[in-house]
Amino acid sequence: MGDDYLRFRDDEPTEEPAVTLDAFLDQTNSSAVLLEAGEDARRLLPHLDHIRLIEVDFPRFRDGRGYSSARILREAGYTGELRATGDVLVDQMDHMRRCGFDSFAPNAPIDAAVLRASLERYEYRYQSAADDAVPVWKLRHG
Amino acid sequence: MYRYDKYDQAIVDARVEEFRDQARRRLAGQMTDDQFKPLRLKNGLYLQLHAYMLRVAIPYGTLNSRQMRMLAHIARKYDRGYGHFTTRQNIQYNWIKLEEAADILAELATVEMHAIQTSGESIRNLSSDQYAGAAADEILDPRPWAELLRQATTFHPEFSYLPRKFKIAVTAADEDRAAIRLHDIGLKLVRNEAGELGFEVYIGGGMGRTPFVAPLIRPFLPADNLFSYLEAALRVWNRGGRRDNIHKQRIKILVHDLGQEEFTRQVEEEWQHILRNNSDVPRAEVDRIAAYFAPPPFETGLPDTIDRSDPDFALWVDQNVKPHKAPGYAIVNISLKPVGGIPGDASAEQIDLMADLAERYSFDELRVTHAQNIVLPHVPKRELHALWTILDEAGLATPNLDLISDIIACPGLDYCSLANARSIPVAQKIATRFADLGRQRELGELKLKISGCINACGHHHAGHIGILGVDRKGTENYQLLLGGSGAEDASLGKITGPGFNEDGIVDAVERVTDRYLALREEGERFLDTYRRVGFEPFKEAIYG
Repeated sequence: MGDDYLRFRDDEPTEEPAVTLDAFLDQTNSSAVLLEAGEDARRLLPHLDHIRLIEVDFPRFRDGRGYSSARILREAGYTGELRATGDVLVDQMDHMRRCGFDSFAPNAPIDAAVLRASLERYEYRYQSAADDAVPVWKLRHG
Repeated sequence: MYRYDKYDQAIVDARVEEFRDQARRRLAGQMTDDQFKPLRLKNGLYLQLHAYMLRVAIPYGTLNSRQMRMLAHIARKYDRGYGHFTTRQNIQYNWIKLEEAADILAELATVEMHAIQTSGESIRNLSSDQYAGAAADEILDPRPWAELLRQATTFHPEFSYLPRKFKIAVTAADEDRAAIRLHDIGLKLVRNEAGELGFEVYIGGGMGRTPFVAPLIRPFLPADNLFSYLEAALRVWNRGGRRDNIHKQRIKILVHDLGQEEFTRQVEEEWQHILRNNSDVPRAEVDRIAAYFAPPPFETGLPDTIDRSDPDFALWVDQNVKPHKAPGYAIVNISLKPVGGIPGDASAEQIDLMADLAERYSFDELRVTHAQNIVLPHVPKRELHALWTILDEAGLATPNLDLISDIIACPGLDYCSLANARSIPVAQKIATRFADLGRQRELGELKLKISGCINACGHHHAGHIGILGVDRKGTENYQLLLGGSGAEDASLGKITGPGFNEDGIVDAVERVTDRYLALREEGERFLDTYRRVGFEPFKEAIYG
């Protein structure tokens, strides 16, 4: 975990600054893009092979659109870095991890101990998501 | 009924600890109240006028005597000796301390209960037909599907910060006892011509300040695709629903704004994406759950007749006892609407007693109804008199099911921080005005529903007679609505005109019922007469 953001990947982070979605679509040689909460993640799908970083912004932690953006990107096979930025709080990060976010750049610092406890708290999950958790129904039926 | 396995128990236990930690951090000042609020709401904890209110989930309204006794215990130990059964088939306690909330959750977890997703902008506790598993008119017990959805929607990572709350109801009978078309999603279990199971899917109903009866979005959804289709609908709404105005963020507004056709197209398109995730729960799991809902071991050869020689008992049987699918058995409704009482309230002693009676007479099962009553679903007819005698002694045998005094009312300004007007005193005054049971029975089925504000927790839009409390220049004022229904013939009530004060609204209701008696034809309920003659004759009766 770095100082500025929390990262759950082993590869080298890109140094390239993220550009807005419109700028990205205008000049597709960029490999880092920032998706605002109301923007359609599917507009990025034709370009996923050459994107290394997608930042999804959370203007308010209660605005849940970014969770769907993350799921859509992972469902489409995106394997690059997916970073939650903005009003990202420790109590939402477990669900964000499940939706496919693998790095975080919160506005305010995160308490590492609280985060660790929260990510380890649920041994079982009722549903499949973008993480590798096996849903409970599958555990029940072998 | 369903029992937890180690997975269910581990998840609920983990939630208790998560909430305990969140409450601790809030009390220690490590997060702001704005940050804590959605977290506590996801666990049913509201801050009301006088104290915290805790809403405990009773999934699809089904519980056993052990769970019922725990509800009594919590009322005694953590509240003021009573609880309030709600229109979402849950129970809420009005005098809770934040410091004790996690302890209550821990106690609930010992009897396989929780308060998960009973409020907040989440997928709420599922509701269903209170006669499920006992009704003669259902094609199958809908509760296994409700339990499947309870699990699949619990802590759904993508749908925990939705634009607004999201309510699902599931039924399997032609008579709609769960008001499915007034839910965000209403599901009716059906069979197609090939005999396969599926659902009629209604999306976009709801009450509140902009009420809608949900349109039929899909006439037949294969049952095995239930969850993925719901995920598709939720994703379309999570992405496209408004987030700029709290009053316009429910899915009903999106369905209305896009139009039924475009909304359906988007859901179907999204569903094709989501199907590739293989998130649907296999039939083997449905079968595992369904085994818990196998019918209890009904005795055969029991007498199917009832000795009606005691007239008070016969009256109660006629009003509160409903036909059961098994010969020799009956469905018993326990009214929580005594004249002058608070609709839906029960004391700890009454809750304990109902638990005892369920154990003795109803295969250990109880139901909570959306009309805020309790059901003993499986009672042998030969035991009805003994049961009634005990209920009568405890003040629980009011024979008024579906009559004018069987009022749905929200807590109103007596408790609720959102309310504009009190609901409870109006309910009490109406019940008192119509206290004469002969008069109530003469009026027949008449569903009266009262909300203390426009959010419509008291379902006033769906009342045959509805009452809406508003604030008019600092005084409580009550508007009258006529012609609503939450049943299979769902409709929304229409406001009659200028509102009334607390006594005036009682008079207005009486003028409406008098006019009904004058106008009705043989066999017509109030709602039938209203639909036949229309609004005007009643308006004239009210305002002259």
